Amino acid sequence: MSDILQTKDLTLSYGERTIIDELNIDIPKGEISVFIGGNGCGKSTLLRSIARLLKPKQGSVLLDGEAISRLSTKEVARKMAILPQSPTAPEGLTVLQLVKQGRYPHQTWLKQWSHKDEEIVQDALKATKMEELQHRKVDELSGGQRQRAWIALTLAQDTDIILLDEPTTYLDMTHQIEILDLLFELNEKEQRTIVMVLHDLNLACRYAHNIVAIRDKQIYAQGKPEDVISCELVKNVFDMDCQVSRDPLFGTPLCIPFGKGRCILKAVGETG
Amino acid sequence: MKTQNQFFLFIGTILFLIVCIGISIVYGYTDTSWRIALEAFTNPDGSTEHIVLQTIRLPRALIAATVGASLAISGVLMQTLTKNPLASPGIFGINAGGAFMVVVAVTLFGVTNLQSFTWLAFLGAGLAAVGVYVISSVGNNGLTHMKLTLAGAAITAMFSSFTQGLLVLNEAALEQVLFWLAGSVQGRSLDILSGVFPYVVAGWILALMLAGKMNILAMGEDVAKGLGLKTALIKFIALLVVVLLAGGSVAIAGPIGFIGIVIPHLARKIIGVDHRWLIPYSGLLGAILLLAADIGARYIIMPQEVPVGVMTAIIGAPFFVYVARKGF
Amino acid sequence: MNKFIGKRWLKDRVSMLVDISSMKKIMILGVITLLVLIMSTGIGDLKIAPWKVVSVFFGGGTSLEQLVVTSFRLPRIIIALLAGMALAVAGGILQGMIRNPLASPDIIGITGGAGAAVVAFLTLFSNDDNTLMVSIKWMPVAAFIGAAVIAFLVYFLAWRKGVSPVRLVLIGIGISALTQALTTLLMILGPIYRASQANIWITGTVNGSDWQDVWILLPWSLIFIVLSFFITRQLNIQELGEEIATSVGGNVQRQRFLLLLMSTALVGGAVAFAGGIGFVGLMAPHMARRMVGSSFGALLPTAAFIGGILVMVADLIGRTLFLPLEVPAGVFTAAIGAPYFIYLLFKTRNS
Repeated sequence: MSDILQTKDLTLSYGERTIIDELNIDIPKGEISVFIGGNGCGKSTLLRSIARLLKPKQGSVLLDGEAISRLSTKEVARKMAILPQSPTAPEGLTVLQLVKQGRYPHQTWLKQWSHKDEEIVQDALKATKMEELQHRKVDELSGGQRQRAWIALTLAQDTDIILLDEPTTYLDMTHQIEILDLLFELNEKEQRTIVMVLHDLNLACRYAHNIVAIRDKQIYAQGKPEDVISCELVKNVFDMDCQVSRDPLFGTPLCIPFGKGRCILKAVGETG
Repeated sequence: MKTQNQFFLFIGTILFLIVCIGISIVYGYTDTSWRIALEAFTNPDGSTEHIVLQTIRLPRALIAATVGASLAISGVLMQTLTKNPLASPGIFGINAGGAFMVVVAVTLFGVTNLQSFTWLAFLGAGLAAVGVYVISSVGNNGLTHMKLTLAGAAITAMFSSFTQGLLVLNEAALEQVLFWLAGSVQGRSLDILSGVFPYVVAGWILALMLAGKMNILAMGEDVAKGLGLKTALIKFIALLVVVLLAGGSVAIAGPIGFIGIVIPHLARKIIGVDHRWLIPYSGLLGAILLLAADIGARYIIMPQEVPVGVMTAIIGAPFFVYVARKGF
Repeated sequence: MNKFIGKRWLKDRVSMLVDISSMKKIMILGVITLLVLIMSTGIGDLKIAPWKVVSVFFGGGTSLEQLVVTSFRLPRIIIALLAGMALAVAGGILQGMIRNPLASPDIIGITGGAGAAVVAFLTLFSNDDNTLMVSIKWMPVAAFIGAAVIAFLVYFLAWRKGVSPVRLVLIGIGISALTQALTTLLMILGPIYRASQANIWITGTVNGSDWQDVWILLPWSLIFIVLSFFITRQLNIQELGEEIATSVGGNVQRQRFLLLLMSTALVGGAVAFAGGIGFVGLMAPHMARRMVGSSFGALLPTAAFIGGILVMVADLIGRTLFLPLEVPAGVFTAAIGAPYFIYLLFKTRNS
């Protein structure tokens, strides 16, 4: 599997504080990669710098082999879309008005609404099941619907790569699964490369082909969840003791933390 | 910062303040000497020099110190209340309300004396504050810092534009109020100070009593409520103090800006964020700053004087820009 | 119901999306603007019926009517219209760029800079017997230079590896206070007559405008207003935030610079000839948003017409309601604007 995104000795810092230090990562094409790590470990920062939202202190990000800094921002936008955390839409904007902005990198002043633009926007709305809601105002929608509208925007951008920074935070369980299922389908059907930051380790294991654990300004481990996730990793990356089991529906690693809680397991040998 | 260090710093600053008051009394359009100044207050002999020192220089210095201290303390309170490091009593509509009332009185009722300006300004400041308080309390969250900021900006804008409109219609009025509108500690007698002084002192005392509670309020509305603080009451009293202090300042000296914004930052850097130290220390620094600005105002375009409100803007704006660049 | 219609020409090489209902509203507003223009020209000391006004445009009417309409009323009303449109569009651009509905040209300090320059002009170029050494025709130039200098100073100070909206607003407020202090200082140091003149300018008035002013402001405003329609796509993505704007390929910093440049040009032109008229840049975009929504393609033209109507009406009230006194239009834009601002706060109180 070729690598569509790479970083070379990437160092990221906020002022004097280094967040990521000489990190080298290869993101495989056509797969779902998920960054995991403790709070403040730099996974969001890493994602944002891959998306060229943040300039690195040192090192470079390569897109299809070319340094991102050498490409024009529109060129990058045609290949890669990012959905940041908690985006805000101006009041009174409708879903359609929001989603069609995703066509920006493909448009010019003369060509503002070609057939292709219309088609792709409608497809994006269909894929996110927002067709019926397209004339509603974004600020009137529920949390899950709103997030789908933003995803429709990134879909309308029609890129091979989609980056998402914690797309499921603040959503209830139903909507979390809804969004992740949607992204999984997009990857399956259209082979889009998806890179996201998730805070829920078990969901990450279920949906990711490639999991990247960040710790101490570096990559701690990378690979298929079933190869990589272990009690040791969870202890080192999250400082948590756990038992790693198998998800009964999917067979992917399921991490169960030790600690307090109501234990209603029957002891061995008891009946009744 | 260790309590011992804070203590020494405090004493040192008080001494510096006294020196500044002295400088303000001794130097100016006509310089006198320290010896003569001391005589004027311990052993007055009725000479012109002594009278000038007693009736012009001393009130001026005391007013500058009082107003500077009051503005600084009200600035601390406003910044904590609005959680905005660039808040000041001016934003709360106080300056604009005071100016408006004065201009209304001059244009519509022909009021001309400085004494009346004082009480009118106080009244206007109070009304503006009430307006801001009411507007920002409406709604389901009650008084939030965002609403306070916005309401203050709205009231300020409204009063400023009405003030301007009235001045357009009445050129004579413009002449009378122009200097007052710029903010000045000059030309005010001790009577004006003594009239407003009780209110200002009440403000200082209340502020000191509130200090501990402000520390808790600074941690956030929910945290404070969780700890049992009656947040609505505390906020109300804090705003009352702001009206007393900033309103009193406008009453005495007209609208003077930037002290309320700049001093809390300086004080925080020097003595820390504990309001029990911050509030009195800001008072001291505010007094020193305004005295210094006033002394400078005498020399810059001698023999004419720059209104001290203009001086504080000239000193304060670069500082304000610096804070805005660094923090945002 | 699909209110959008795609229009395509030349085998899809030229295309655009048209919002039908907004188009209708904009056209109606345009007609209303024209009507207000005509009616306003007819109202005053000498009342002229609307159809007579129109006939004057085409060369008819009595010579008195012609004099009143063409020499006195029409120039100032046109200036009011252009200033209102320019301020409204500039306000819309700034609100989109700063992503804050309370943004307005006054906040960035532009108007304050123009005011300081005007007072400086009046006091510096007065000689001892209070006459102006330089023709008053140069005052608009001074105002414009003041606006431009301050706008770029604020931009420069707000620049730290790029310009963020919050920094821009805060520094604008700081610099505004500084220009205000300088203005007051100059007003005190100069003769009171000049201070009064300056004060009238600061409040905002179109009194005394003539056709020379119109021939300068008309092309200037129209060029920039038309240019603004070319950057609506950029404005739309700017409003979505820096990250999304970058993600879809917008060059955020360059766009911000251009947008600031455009709004400065518009505001500079407007204040040069109409003084420091306030609140229009704040109110008009808001009202437009309520009518046609947040997409800038519809928002800017709508705001332009609303702004034009507002200033024309304010001027009308100012010169007729208090006869024989002439109250500057700026007083009424403030009289309507300030309470409207408070009403806005009241309305958004639960958000």
